[in-house]
Amino acid sequence: MTDALLTATALHKTYGNTPALAGADFSVAAGEIVAIMGPSGSGKSTLLHCLAGIVPPDSGSVRFDGREMTTLSDAERSALRRSAFGFVFQFGHLVPELTCRENVALPLRLNGVARREAERRADEWLERLEVHDVAGHRPGTVSGGQGQRVAVARSLVGRPRVLFADEPTGALDSLNGERVMELFTEAARTAGAAVVLVTHESRVAAWSDREIVVRDGIARDPVGAA
Amino acid sequence: MVCIVVRMSISHTLLGLLEGGPSHGYDLKRAFDAHFGQDKPLHYGQVYSTMSRLLKNGLVEVEGVEAGEGPDRKRYAITDSGVTDVAEWLSRPEKPEPYLRSTLYTKVVLALLTSRDAAGLLDVQRAEHLRLMRELTRRKSSGDLADQLICDHALFHLEADLRWLDLTAARLDRLAAEVIRP
Repeated sequence: MTDALLTATALHKTYGNTPALAGADFSVAAGEIVAIMGPSGSGKSTLLHCLAGIVPPDSGSVRFDGREMTTLSDAERSALRRSAFGFVFQFGHLVPELTCRENVALPLRLNGVARREAERRADEWLERLEVHDVAGHRPGTVSGGQGQRVAVARSLVGRPRVLFADEPTGALDSLNGERVMELFTEAARTAGAAVVLVTHESRVAAWSDREIVVRDGIARDPVGAA
Repeated sequence: MVCIVVRMSISHTLLGLLEGGPSHGYDLKRAFDAHFGQDKPLHYGQVYSTMSRLLKNGLVEVEGVEAGEGPDRKRYAITDSGVTDVAEWLSRPEKPEPYLRSTLYTKVVLALLTSRDAAGLLDVQRAEHLRLMRELTRRKSSGDLADQLICDHALFHLEADLRWLDLTAARLDRLAAEVIRP
């Protein structure tokens, strides 16, 4: 794919004696939503972690916007993650001591945006994700579906170029999961962000543009277009 | 494309629609298409043949006939037996599909027996299922509640198929050992 924003080639990663990735390839273009599917233990989360620069692969290449990520220092990779990537996990991982608004504003504050401006932008995203009414609440007092929407708002507030979502609806019931996926994909498309979506649920993957299947640490594109 | 009229009882559905009040065949067809026709509108022929059968069985009666051209100017009304028939149909649970004869299963076994790529076959099927699921998901997001419910029904069934595909892929070695046993 010529217009790929993020690509990985021949990724290998072993934990102890257990190979998690055994030559995985991947690519995603700007504005594209790609689902990474596969059974538990197939290596799909490891692939996401390598793509996001959270875990360095043992060998292979990860390029973001033409830049090789595996040779960056830890500090450079962290800076890149903060400025260009957004994350949503199965459990929102919201900071319990902060309000939902402060949680959403947090990535902006870490990047040096002034508090008032950060909270104004946080409010905009909370509104788009239809959870503005819980802006002043702490995460512990909101429902699972609301918390996950707050987490989605937080992942998008910094206008990331790539969004990584690991089982984003895994802890939600069907109706809430459905709504979160709808809002999430709509927001990502509007923002033009590339999305890497790890899921084992086909109904979640159906919100993507295409899927790749990871099996025994090898990523396969079912239509052979990767 | 989704087709919800497959296996649906057209005569019970038309009868049920008549409970709202007497109607011409053409209006019945329109009401049917609006609620259930989605991708497969009913043929006029089906409506008229169904209505004449219902008439013969005493479940509807002709309330009046309009003068003029056209194939059928009859205005039908549901009878008491018709109402009872609809009530019975609605209260009777549908027989769950046993799904015991599956073309996919047959293909997997045949692929193994003929030393073809069974895993590849499952992958291709999986991609095709997901392609349809994407189409339904798109349609669902742009549709009304009726569209959402119809698409969800199809999506849950496709999801079940996909889970079976995954499980079978994971058990392919064992299945091969069993079916290829001399």
